Amino acid sequence: MPTTASTALPLKDVTASDSTLRRYLHGLPGVDAVGLEARAASLGTRSIKTTAKAYAIDLAISMVDLTTLEGADTPGKVRALGAKAVRPDPTDRTAPATAAVCVYPDMVAVAKEAVAGSAVKVASVATAFPAGRAALGVKLADVRDAVAAGADEIDMVIDRGAFLAGNYLKVYEEIVAVKEACGASARLKVIFETGELSTYDNIRRASWLGMIAGADFIKTSTGKVAVNATPANTLLMLEAVRDFRAQTGVQVGVKPAGGIRTTKDAVKFLVVVNETVGEDWLDNHWFRFGASSLLNDLLMQRQKLATGRYSGPDYVTVD
Amino acid sequence: MSDPRVDTRPDARSDARLSVFKTYKLYVGGKFPRSESGRVYEVSDAKDKWLANAPLSSRKDARDAVVAARKAFGGWAGATAYNRGQILYRVAEMLEGRREQFVREVADAEGLSKPKATAQVDAAIDRWVWYAGWTDKIAQVVGGGNPVAGPYFNLSSPEPTGVVVVLAPQESSFLGLVSVLAPVIATGNTAIVVASEKSPLPALSLGEVLATSDVPGGVVNILSGRTAEITPSLAAHQDVNAIDLAGADEVLAKELEIAAADNLKRVLRPQTVDSAQWFATPGTERMTAFLETKTVWHPTGSLGASGSSY
Repeated sequence: MPTTASTALPLKDVTASDSTLRRYLHGLPGVDAVGLEARAASLGTRSIKTTAKAYAIDLAISMVDLTTLEGADTPGKVRALGAKAVRPDPTDRTAPATAAVCVYPDMVAVAKEAVAGSAVKVASVATAFPAGRAALGVKLADVRDAVAAGADEIDMVIDRGAFLAGNYLKVYEEIVAVKEACGASARLKVIFETGELSTYDNIRRASWLGMIAGADFIKTSTGKVAVNATPANTLLMLEAVRDFRAQTGVQVGVKPAGGIRTTKDAVKFLVVVNETVGEDWLDNHWFRFGASSLLNDLLMQRQKLATGRYSGPDYVTVD
Repeated sequence: MSDPRVDTRPDARSDARLSVFKTYKLYVGGKFPRSESGRVYEVSDAKDKWLANAPLSSRKDARDAVVAARKAFGGWAGATAYNRGQILYRVAEMLEGRREQFVREVADAEGLSKPKATAQVDAAIDRWVWYAGWTDKIAQVVGGGNPVAGPYFNLSSPEPTGVVVVLAPQESSFLGLVSVLAPVIATGNTAIVVASEKSPLPALSLGEVLATSDVPGGVVNILSGRTAEITPSLAAHQDVNAIDLAGADEVLAKELEIAAADNLKRVLRPQTVDSAQWFATPGTERMTAFLETKTVWHPTGSLGASGSSY
């Protein structure tokens, strides 16, 4: 059983200075972009049917971080989301609960109350999500606030500006500080906003940087930019967590977020997980989907499998 | 003087150049995909001579068509009736321009002489015009103010039912098809048409006309294939609101009606129509079959209207 990332910082000497860190990250092998995309595309062609499909749908539902991150979020909406997370399909009690609800920090208390008594966790975005453009003190206050309100998981965004400018140590130190602010109770998900990192090489570097800094999860995107989770960038991050575990013994989770709307997409991601890192990650402790509309499609597909007829959006909740 | 409607050009096949065969495709969501299954079937004319291959749709094509029709529904139902009328009239205009093609396809499909096929196509074009005129008039005929015993205005207005599956008539491959499709979309529904199994080519060509007539993608979706294979999943589909069984035989109609009962779809049972009857002026029944009535009670404010004494 791998230890958690918080017990010891691996690759400690790498982070001794900005230049050692840069040398390490730039020393990572370059990504074969064509090969990566071809591999991701070929994994997407697998045909998953009948019992395997039923298993995949239930697994995917149990991995959903049911998300609402809107300026217009109300306590009522968050409560409704919490109820849906606990019992996604009220007409079918065999449908599993989702992994978590994901909200803004000021809604954590409401969400916590809504999922009380269930295994559903409350995740909160923090650190001036989604831009991450705030002073470190403000970001840490944001995190402490969410943790104090009872958040089980913190989704932080990295400082993309610093990363793209090459200030890797600044990004590293920020993640370390946020990890410390999370304390022992909250797991930390680090969002790279892959759509803003320009290259696959950068995604690989960011993944290693996040893991070295102690992330419990690495997450693709905020869902607020044009390009979010894709099979290719998720595959790349899965390769990173696989190699990181091989090197350090520490297992890190992966969360693709944004743009995953259909059951077909979700199943493709699960195939990528299984083929890249194997069954150790096929569990909602190590793999999550950041999504909102995905859950409805999963439920409709689940109803289709159960009844044999196609379901429609009239038979799932609109949120 | 020769009739300008008669094609006097020399037969293209007698030329030395190679004939260009047409690949008939489905019309789903404003695009022309092949069947998801990759299957086709042979379509032959009334004398069993091969005409073309048509896509053999699967359940998944039907499902995709429902998704497309649902997506298009809001925009189409929300368009003004006047705008829908203009677009339907545009379909007639476009058909007029491709009359000769349709005359040929109908003649081949139904084994008709050229004058008889021309009469069918002309009637079908006129039918689009007829329903185009109805789009902004049906509301006055079936809606209006209702007398009620209370201080309320009580107003009823017709609204489209939603996504309608239309089994096109098996025999009348074009006039029959237009006669069942036009009334469905005239009132703001979106349609999934299952073309005549034996003669799907005029229906598939109609898709090309619709695509160039400002009909928004997804408002009409045309599938060809085995009627008995595609329709059961459509009849049971929970996101379909109504089904017109015009092209179903007795056994299939019964099966589909049972499947449709599950989510209380509106069902229009097949009526026996011989080929001559398609020419008759249709009346409003096919429009009203797929309309819902919304009634609004509104206080008249009659207390205030009576005036005050100071």
